[in-house]
Amino acid sequence: MFAKLEFPPIENLVEWPAYLFDGTGFDFNKIGLISVLAMAIPAFLFLIAGRELIPRGVQNLAEITVQFVERQVMMSAIGPDGRAFLPLLVSLFLFIFFGNIFEVIPTFHMPANARMANPLFLALITWFVFVGAGLRHHGLGYLKASLFPPGVPKALYLLVTPIELLSTFILRPFGLAVRLFANMLAGHILLVTFGVLSITLLDASPLVVVFPFSFAMLVALTGFEIMVSFLQAYIFSLLAAVYIDSSLHPHH
Amino acid sequence: MSVLAMATEAIELAQDFTADEAKANAAASGAGMAYGLAAIGPGIGIGYLVGQAVQAMARQPEAAGQVQTTMFLGIAFTEALALIGFVVFILLKFV
Repeated sequence: MFAKLEFPPIENLVEWPAYLFDGTGFDFNKIGLISVLAMAIPAFLFLIAGRELIPRGVQNLAEITVQFVERQVMMSAIGPDGRAFLPLLVSLFLFIFFGNIFEVIPTFHMPANARMANPLFLALITWFVFVGAGLRHHGLGYLKASLFPPGVPKALYLLVTPIELLSTFILRPFGLAVRLFANMLAGHILLVTFGVLSITLLDASPLVVVFPFSFAMLVALTGFEIMVSFLQAYIFSLLAAVYIDSSLHPHH
Repeated sequence: MSVLAMATEAIELAQDFTADEAKANAAASGAGMAYGLAAIGPGIGIGYLVGQAVQAMARQPEAAGQVQTTMFLGIAFTEALALIGFVVFILLKFV
């Protein structure tokens, strides 16, 4: 009498059949489509936005986005000399946000960042940028400053240097990638769980009284996931800015 | 039913479990434990962190923007531990 909850296996939630180029190693599936859209939509919006002195329409949107990243990410983490990195930060923010927001858009219902490839690549780009920025501004002094922080007793370097090496050059990109990936995968599984639960309850005759609560939870979680999509894009670009700042100004 | 009969029945039941099934069961219970335990610390940590941030913002509203940025940074670092627990959960449960 009671329906059994049939949760789909994880492969059904994150693996998608190829639309194009099946089996060539360059399969183009839903993740690829969403990634291309996440690149194309912001690019399109910024292209059609005018360049007038008094912004109208889409230009407002574009300017607000750039201004948000400039004030909340660049200024608060790096300061005025981070302006060279503003294009990178805006691109990271927009690509991650649009990749995430497809989690709640009907017919897609999949965040592109719930597969490890996307976050991993973004984290690697960030890694190259902050190490490169440090090397460019301080030369090999950057490695010295980050591996041998000043003001530490000489003997303690035996302990401090391996920890700094691990935390700066390995755990930072790992943390960036896993934070984004796990957040989006968790959100995706959460939405699927309540979706499956709602459908199953709708079919189960006596249990249908619980259905409104389950459905209300699904709606609330959809709102929550929109917030998470935005927050993760913000946190990723903020952390990228903080890491770049620690390369530019290592002594504080 | 005698004790001996119960024991033989239990052994037969245990033999019905193949090694794979036993491993899957252990992994399933381990997965639940992994995420549950991993959520305790970050839960306390984020609660404390946000509480302190709210206090700071209430005492000094003009510093709210700066406190908020630092708060999000702190949340991101604290939350990472719970997320690694979640990844372990996925690895144990589904892989």
